[in-house]
Amino acid sequence: MRALTWHGKHDVRVDTVDDPEILNPRDAIIKITSTAICGSDLHLYDGYIPTMKSGDILGHEFMGEVVEVGAKSTLKKGQRVVVPFTISCGSCYHCGKHQYSACDNGLPADNQDIAQTLYGQPMAGLFGYSHMTGGYAGGQAEYVRVPFSDVGPIVVPDGVEDDKVLFLSDILPTGWMAAENAEIEPGDTVAVWGCGPVGLFAVQSAFLMGAARVIAIDHFPRRLELARRFGAETINFEETATYEALLEMTGGIGPDACIDAVGLEAHGFFVDNVVDQIKASLFLGTDRTHSIRQAILACRKGGRVSMPAVYGGFVDKFPLGAFMEKGLTLKTGQTHVQHYLPGLLNAIMEGKIDTTFLISHTLPLENAPDGYRMFHDKQNEVTKVVLKPGLERVELDI
Amino acid sequence: MAETIDPVRADDAPLSTSKHHAAAIDAATQHYDTPEQGDPDQLIGRTVTINRPRAELYAFWRDFANLPSFMDNVERIDVLDDRRSHWTVKAPGGTHVEWTAAITDEAEGEFIAWASEEGASVPNSGRIDFRDAQGDRGTIVTATILYDPPAGLIGKVIAKMFQREPAIQARRDLRRFKQLMETGEVATGARNRREREERKN
Repeated sequence: MRALTWHGKHDVRVDTVDDPEILNPRDAIIKITSTAICGSDLHLYDGYIPTMKSGDILGHEFMGEVVEVGAKSTLKKGQRVVVPFTISCGSCYHCGKHQYSACDNGLPADNQDIAQTLYGQPMAGLFGYSHMTGGYAGGQAEYVRVPFSDVGPIVVPDGVEDDKVLFLSDILPTGWMAAENAEIEPGDTVAVWGCGPVGLFAVQSAFLMGAARVIAIDHFPRRLELARRFGAETINFEETATYEALLEMTGGIGPDACIDAVGLEAHGFFVDNVVDQIKASLFLGTDRTHSIRQAILACRKGGRVSMPAVYGGFVDKFPLGAFMEKGLTLKTGQTHVQHYLPGLLNAIMEGKIDTTFLISHTLPLENAPDGYRMFHDKQNEVTKVVLKPGLERVELDI
Repeated sequence: MAETIDPVRADDAPLSTSKHHAAAIDAATQHYDTPEQGDPDQLIGRTVTINRPRAELYAFWRDFANLPSFMDNVERIDVLDDRRSHWTVKAPGGTHVEWTAAITDEAEGEFIAWASEEGASVPNSGRIDFRDAQGDRGTIVTATILYDPPAGLIGKVIAKMFQREPAIQARRDLRRFKQLMETGEVATGARNRREREERKN
């Protein structure tokens, strides 16, 4: 089959590789119809993520058609499914509590050592995201092996186009959980740092949960424009002093809930954070690692901070004093995708949530390296790249 | 009778987590059966909670023919009779080690204790304990292993280089046991059979 493989920094290629096979009874093989490049894939592209090996297949946002099932899969050939980026068993204590991203069994035993050392306990597996998350081949390919296929994938009705449901795999449930973690009450003002896909879905989710106002913070004009389209007020942090603006815009109180969706792309790793710290200490960085500090300072007393943004390692100068004195609540975590799928699929079918606005480019899988380059170099114009297997490579003028 | 205070029992924590290795091993050799030969100088303790009933886990483990399904380093186990079994285990550099293990004590559904017999290439002994977890969390399974590594420390270092170090293996074997019991399969990140074989070696 054809697949997008990683070979090193800024070196990804579409190669011909061995097909996947059913290895365990609960497996299924999915023929990919659509797969997206995630912001977190850019960290692999930039070479920041350790335990990558040459030839690894990337991609953790994908959907397709079931073409083969193991003896204990509950899927049927021909069904269309969206697959969660987290690999969770559905049988352990944590899955029983719907804490799917904390699954005990999603990581192969040998791959659990690094996470255990870094975090104290191993987490769920992830598709296409290095060997410390299981070394699972990703979905930027023609086919993919999906473990625990009786638990993860959600079947989508025929006739619903891929673009409407593809983002159930990661960014939509992540944005939704971010808003849920903000424990929004009717009439609240919610501030969202970062208008990438997760921040934009958090904006939509916050309104659906009863927020009276949402204030979106970013510096890319096109992304702020998208947030405005969903009813958010905006702050461009390159033009405006964010903390001061937030206080003035909320009558001097501060937002009731703050969502930090900035660091998100890193999906839990430490090297990029270290790099950011170095950049920040040399005043080379942007406001990235600053966002959680700013959220804590701006948040109203007794308010809530939700952090879908990922901080995998150690963050310096965390304002623990402000956090304690103001009596804030912080909720965070990798997304429990499986928990949110049925409700979010319904919301899409009922037209309550729109996801298609995000897609700026659709390319053949054969052009995936072009997609990575565009997404990497032009973050204002390129909000989301969707790849389609089985199409001829096209010449792009980029 | 005056109580003897065990020097490593300063608290309620397991011996395997003591900072005083030598004293912990001395204490462990008094508490547990030891191999017929050899002088154990390594103590491994590893606990995992498995979301399955105690009787089911005990029964699966007690049938030693089941163990290679999750013990990656065990090439084969030949069950000799109800108490004795012969183990062939992968060792560094493509070699293997063998021993005959005999059950020294057991209680249905609670624990199995074993010790290697005379002639073992790695003299070892240990226990596997099964206890009900609090709440509805299933069963707490603890493996305690005492062993005498070949060629002492150097053997251990070499073994570690090859990922065959028994503490690493025990940790991973227990994770695979948990996976098999909870999910019905052992998780693999491989894409196909060829890749799965490559990753095992």
